[in-house]
Amino acid sequence: MNADAINDIAARHPDAFRRPLWKRYATPIGILLCILYTFYCSWFFSVAAVLEKANWNLAGAYLADWVSYEIRPDIEFKDNYLTIDYSRFSKLGSNPNPDWVGKQMAVIERRVEAAPAPAIATNKSSQDSFMAPGAPTAEKPAAPSDQPAPAVPETVRENAVVAATVTLGNGQIAVTPNLVTVTRGAESVIFDIAKDSSVTPRTPLPDWIEQRRPGSTAYVSFGFLGRAEVQNDEVVAWRRFFGWANFVFDTNSPFWGKPFGEVASLIVSGPRIDPSRSNAALAWDNVLNNAEWQHGDVWLKLLQTIVMAFVGTVLASIVAFPLAFLAARNVTPSRIANQVTKRFFDFLRSVDMLIWALFFTRGFGPGPLAGMSAIFFTDTGTLGKLYSEALENIDDKQREGIRSVGATPAMVQRYGVLPQVLPVFLSQSLYFWESNTRSATIIGAVGAGGIGLKLWEAMRTNTNWANVFYMVLLILLVVFIFDNISSYLRRKLMGTVANGNDERRVSARSAAAQIA
Amino acid sequence: MSATDVYRAPALSPEGAIVERHWRDLAARRRLYTIGGLAFLFLALSGSLWFANETNAGKFFDRLPYIADFFAELKPRDWLDPVRALFDLPSPYDDGSLKFDYPEGRVYLTQSIYIPEYFHRMIETLNIALFSTLVGSTFGFLLCFLAAGNITASRWLRFATRRFLEIVRAFPEIVIAGFFLAIFSLGPIPAILAVSIHTVGALGKMFFEVVENADMKPEEGLRAVGANWVERVWFGIVPQVLPNFMSYFLLRFEINVRASTILGAVGAGGIGESLRLSIGRGHEAKTIAIVFLLFCTIVAVDQFSAWLRHRLVGRQAFAYGRGE
Repeated sequence: MNADAINDIAARHPDAFRRPLWKRYATPIGILLCILYTFYCSWFFSVAAVLEKANWNLAGAYLADWVSYEIRPDIEFKDNYLTIDYSRFSKLGSNPNPDWVGKQMAVIERRVEAAPAPAIATNKSSQDSFMAPGAPTAEKPAAPSDQPAPAVPETVRENAVVAATVTLGNGQIAVTPNLVTVTRGAESVIFDIAKDSSVTPRTPLPDWIEQRRPGSTAYVSFGFLGRAEVQNDEVVAWRRFFGWANFVFDTNSPFWGKPFGEVASLIVSGPRIDPSRSNAALAWDNVLNNAEWQHGDVWLKLLQTIVMAFVGTVLASIVAFPLAFLAARNVTPSRIANQVTKRFFDFLRSVDMLIWALFFTRGFGPGPLAGMSAIFFTDTGTLGKLYSEALENIDDKQREGIRSVGATPAMVQRYGVLPQVLPVFLSQSLYFWESNTRSATIIGAVGAGGIGLKLWEAMRTNTNWANVFYMVLLILLVVFIFDNISSYLRRKLMGTVANGNDERRVSARSAAAQIA
Repeated sequence: MSATDVYRAPALSPEGAIVERHWRDLAARRRLYTIGGLAFLFLALSGSLWFANETNAGKFFDRLPYIADFFAELKPRDWLDPVRALFDLPSPYDDGSLKFDYPEGRVYLTQSIYIPEYFHRMIETLNIALFSTLVGSTFGFLLCFLAAGNITASRWLRFATRRFLEIVRAFPEIVIAGFFLAIFSLGPIPAILAVSIHTVGALGKMFFEVVENADMKPEEGLRAVGANWVERVWFGIVPQVLPNFMSYFLLRFEINVRASTILGAVGAGGIGESLRLSIGRGHEAKTIAIVFLLFCTIVAVDQFSAWLRHRLVGRQAFAYGRGE
C-alpha cells in the first residue's frame, strides 16, 4: 500500500482518522478524572487516618472467631500453690477439666487469715476448680460461715495444685507458683515470677513473645492455636479450637457432651430424663433454646425475613397490576390518569425503602409488619412502573384482532393484552421476590423485623462472630434456594411464550439489571 | 326463524374429535394448575400475614388507627421550620434542646459561607455511593473478562471467577459493613467497603454477560494480525461493550445511593444516620427537611442517570447482544 492509497483512505474516513482532540483522549481523560476523584474521596473520608487507626490484629482474631472458639484457663499464683479458673460461661460446662491442662497435686500448708469470708471463698474455689475430680471434699477445712471471725491466722493442710501445664499444639506453658516455662517448637523461655511485682525472662525473648517494658506482662503468641499472657499475678492462656462449640446442645442440657450414638439411643429408648415429657421433646426444646446459638429465635427471625419479602412482593404485584393498566398510555386514553398514576409510582419509589421502613417501624412497632409494608410501598412503585412500560410495549395486532370480532373492552384486555404481558409481569415479580429477600435482611437492621437486627446485634457485641457466620450461612442458603426456585419458574414461564417477540425478554432483563 | 336455525357446530371427523378431546384435556389441566397455584398462593399469603402479625411488636389492627397519629405528630410548629432546618437557620422556637439546634453542624468553608449540615451529609452519602461504584466497577471490569466464556478459554479460571462473583454478590452487605465497623470504628469507610464489595459481584455479573454477547469479529481480526490477549480485549471487545458498561454503572450508582443511605442508618454515617436519629427522637421539622432532601436527590439522580443512559445506548438499552 503506497502513500497515496493511505491518504485516500484517510480522506474517505475523516471520522476515524481526524477525530476531535477530546474524543481521541477520552480514555486517558476519563481515567485521570477517576484518579482525581479517588484522591478527593480519600481526602474527604480521610482514608489514610482511618486505615492508620484500624486494628488489623483484631480483624484477624474476628475472622478466626467465625469458624473457631477460644477456651481460657486463668492460672492464678498463690503463695505456694495455684488456682485454675475458667470464665463463668465457659464452653466446657460448669466443671471443666480438659485433658490439655495438666495438673500436679500435692498436700500443702497455707495460712488462712481473716476467717469467714476467705474460708467461704476457698470452699467455693476448691469445689469449682483446683480440686482434682473425685478428690475427697471432706479434706477441706470446715469453717462454718456463721461463726464469729477468729482474729488469729490459722494454718490449714490441703490438697492443691502446685504445678500446671497448658498444651497448645506444639507449644506448652508450664506454670509453678514462681516459675513459668513457655515452649513453642524447639524454643523455650523461662520466666521468674515475683508475685505481684514483676515478670522476668531468663533468656532474651524470641519474636513470638512481646514484653513492652522490663518486668511487665509478657504476651505470647502461638499463632492460630492460641495465645497467652504471663502476668505477675496470673497466667492467662487462650487456646483456640476449630469449629463451633456446643452447636446442638448447650452446657445446661442433659444431652450436652454426649456422643451422637448415646444421644440417639437416649432419645429413642432411654428412660425419661424429665418425667413430664419425652426425651425427644426435651432434646428438641434444648436445641431450640440453646443459650449460645439461639436456634429457635434465629430460625423464627429468618422466617420473618422470608415472609417479609414474600408478602411485600405479592401485595405489591397485586396492587401494581390494576394501577399499571391505568398508567399505560395505550390502555387508558386519559392523559391525566396516566400522569397521576405514573407520578404516584415515582413517589413511592423515590421515597426510599429506608424511609418507609423507619416510618412503619414507628407506626407498627418493630417487627415484620413494618418491613413488609416498606417493601410493599417501594415495590408497588417499581413494579407499577415496569408493568406499565411492559404494557406500553405490547403488540397491537392481537388487540385489534380481538376488538374486530366485537369483544367488549374488558374482553379485549383479557384476551388481547393479558396473554402478552402476564409472563413478563410474573417474571418481573419473581426477580423482585429474589432481590427483596436480600434487601429484607438489610432493612431489618433498622428495626423492621427479620434476621437483620439479630445479625446486627450479634456483630455489635464483637464476641459472637461464630453466630454471625451461622446466620450468614443461613441467609446465603435461603438466597440460593430462592434464586433457583425463581429462575426455574421464570424459565418455565418464558418457555410458554412463543420463541418470537424478544422484546418481552428484554424488558424483563432490564428489571433484572435494576435490581440484581 | 325457528329453533333449528341455532348455530350448531359441524360434526367432527374422528381425528378431529381426538384433537378436540386432547385440547379439552389440556385446557382442563391448565385450569387446574392455575387454580391450584392461586389457591397455594392465597394460603401462603394468609399464613404469612398471620405469622407476621403474630410476631410483630404491635398488632396490625391495634396499630392501624395510630398510623395517622404518627403523621400528625410530624406536623412542624410552622411550615417555615423545615426550611430553617434544611438550611441551618436559627429557629424562633430554639429552647437550647437538640430539637431546634439547626445552626449546629454547619460546615464552614470560609468565615461566612457554610454548607448546611444535611447538605453536607447528603454529599457524603452521594460520595460513598459514587466512590464505591467506581471502585466496584473497576474490579468488576477487570474480573468480567476472566468470567466470560468467549474470552477466557480456561474453564477453571472461568468457574472460579464466576463463583467468586456470586458469593460476593449474595453476601449480605450489612455483615461486611458490620465487620469493618468493628475494625475501623464508626465512619463511612465500612459503608464504602461493603457497597464496593457488593458492587464487584453485581456489576461483574452484568459485565460478563455483556461481554459474552459481544460481536467476536473484531477480536478475530486482531487475532489474525497476531495481537496478544490484552490487546484483543482492549481493542476488540472493550470499545463495543463500553457504552453498556457505562449504562450499568449508572444503574448501579442509583442503587448504591439507596444502599448507602440504608447503611448510613445503621451507623455508617451520611444522611441515613441523621434521618434515623431525627425520626427516633421525634424531631418533626428535621425529619421533613431530610425526607424532602433525600427525595429530591433520589429523583435527581434517577433522572440524570436515565438521561445519560439514554444518550449512551439510546433506545437499545439492555437489548444489546440478545440477538436482536
